[in-house]
Amino acid sequence: MTTTSAKQGEKANQAGVVSAPRHSSSRTTWFPFILIAPSLIVIALVVIYPVLYSIYVSFTPFHLLRPEQTFVFTTEKMWNNYIKLWNDDVFWKSLRNTVIFLAVTVNVSYLVALALSQLLARVSRGQSVMRTLLMVPMMFAPVLVGFQFAWFFNATVGLVNNALFSLGLMQEPKAWLVDQPTGMIAIMLATIWMNIPMLTIILLAGTLSLPQETFEAARVDGASAWQRFKHITMPLIKPFTLIALTVLSLDIARAYDVVRIMTGGGPAHRTEMIWTYTGRLAIRNSQFGLASAMSMVAVVLGVFFTLYLFRQLIKSRVVY
Amino acid sequence: MFQRQKIEQSFYNIMAFGILILFALPAIWVIFTAFRPANEVNVTPPIWIPQKITLDAFASLFGFNPDIAAGVPVGSYMWNSIRVSLLSTIISVGLGTMAGYAFSRFRFRGHTLVFLLIMLSRAVPGVALGLPLFLLMRQYGLVDTVHGLALVYIAINIPFTAWLMDGFFRQIPKELDEAAYIDGCNHWSAFWRIDLPLALPGMAAASIFAFLASWNEYQLASLLTKTPVAKTFPVGLFDFTSQFTVDWRGMAAMSVLMMLPAIAFVILTQRRLTEGLTFGAIKG
Repeated sequence: MTTTSAKQGEKANQAGVVSAPRHSSSRTTWFPFILIAPSLIVIALVVIYPVLYSIYVSFTPFHLLRPEQTFVFTTEKMWNNYIKLWNDDVFWKSLRNTVIFLAVTVNVSYLVALALSQLLARVSRGQSVMRTLLMVPMMFAPVLVGFQFAWFFNATVGLVNNALFSLGLMQEPKAWLVDQPTGMIAIMLATIWMNIPMLTIILLAGTLSLPQETFEAARVDGASAWQRFKHITMPLIKPFTLIALTVLSLDIARAYDVVRIMTGGGPAHRTEMIWTYTGRLAIRNSQFGLASAMSMVAVVLGVFFTLYLFRQLIKSRVVY
Repeated sequence: MFQRQKIEQSFYNIMAFGILILFALPAIWVIFTAFRPANEVNVTPPIWIPQKITLDAFASLFGFNPDIAAGVPVGSYMWNSIRVSLLSTIISVGLGTMAGYAFSRFRFRGHTLVFLLIMLSRAVPGVALGLPLFLLMRQYGLVDTVHGLALVYIAINIPFTAWLMDGFFRQIPKELDEAAYIDGCNHWSAFWRIDLPLALPGMAAASIFAFLASWNEYQLASLLTKTPVAKTFPVGLFDFTSQFTVDWRGMAAMSVLMMLPAIAFVILTQRRLTEGLTFGAIKG
């Protein structure tokens, strides 16, 4: 049995090597699999296996400091962590905060980047200076963005309070990061600031690559600036929009760094997000089972978000 | 008519410039702070332009200033970051380029499925990955080692590299490969001699992204490294915050150090960066 299948494999291999060069992309060969295998092995080891392990852990009462609980897996208790989460108000709060946070930052980042790219496409002087200024936030690691904005919004030494004081616009110092909703808004602001350069650059590249004749023709036909933007620019830069959003979705969990440094999810869970709450359960409380159950929710959220964008991206690749 | 257009144009220029200056302001403030004397930091009213430029903050970072005990092993954090980032960049770009080539040139069973699987692996949030990785790597003694962290970063950088390189290889005309096959090349030699040299600019771009992603990564590093043996720059930043006081100027100075590779790459690739990212967008 094994020998025949090995022979068949050999045959297929030979057939691939001999005939594939003539129809390089239509016949099956082993070559693409050999190229992909190392990447797949690394990803299987470092991502897929740990995630599967995490799924398993999420069904056990795993507690890092209580070894006797380590691998106690019982069918009647397997849903305990998920039930605990379902009844946990903080979990629901963190989920709500995460969804609001994602919806606001993605949409606002995109809209600002779109407006900025349209403005920059019309600039006639100082292109390279402006591009450098635009790329400044890209030099900052997310941790640095978090640190920097935490400092600006600090209640006692923060630049925002300091400046408002000096201008006489404020009498009492405001604890921006402690109060709500200003804490959440400050975190969103930092994240949006961090997201804008990459999005703008991609959308600007898209806008600059569009054929000028189309715009001239539309202008001659009497289309207004808004009409030209809506009916020519927007549909034509769609692939670039999708690339920009995909890059953004791949990086979206970087927001954890910003939140972790600015507020750490606190005070009193006011700015808690799924990522910070998972970290809190695992690191502070050593409740790895519960934290794993929680991280599964984060995985599902992330995977759905990316899957949706990729479907759009693949569709648009076929069309253009 | 012509006059009106001219006014409109300079209006655009001024507006764009003004917005971008405001946009870059937070960053400029941090950079200024790193070079200020200590008595200019956090004063009311704020001193906008530094009156005096000093390197004190950097000197105390590296322990050259005996008056202020630094206590933060910045040197070893930096060295760890450099090792982790270089190691993971070289390997992930190598592997990711191979995978990207396979995706761009071959149609095979499960093509889309494998591509999606690789991409989705990037969508797993760091926290969700960090917990099981910590447990598993503890068993193999990989926690708190440079190699362990580098291995994790390789896996994280592969998807984006494969995606970028897929786009780059699509730009290279297939006719070149067909000509190579007629001249007697097999798949390996066509890849190695024809397509790879043409994709070098793409690999350069992918390397920059991979390097910066590793250099800046915090979430996993904070879970998987604990001591100066393996702790990287972003994790080390927290050494400046104690329970009650934060050394803001020290942090600003460390920020500037941490930004150096990014600054170098931005200056080098200012124009090229866009091309790299948008390759493959128009051609399917």
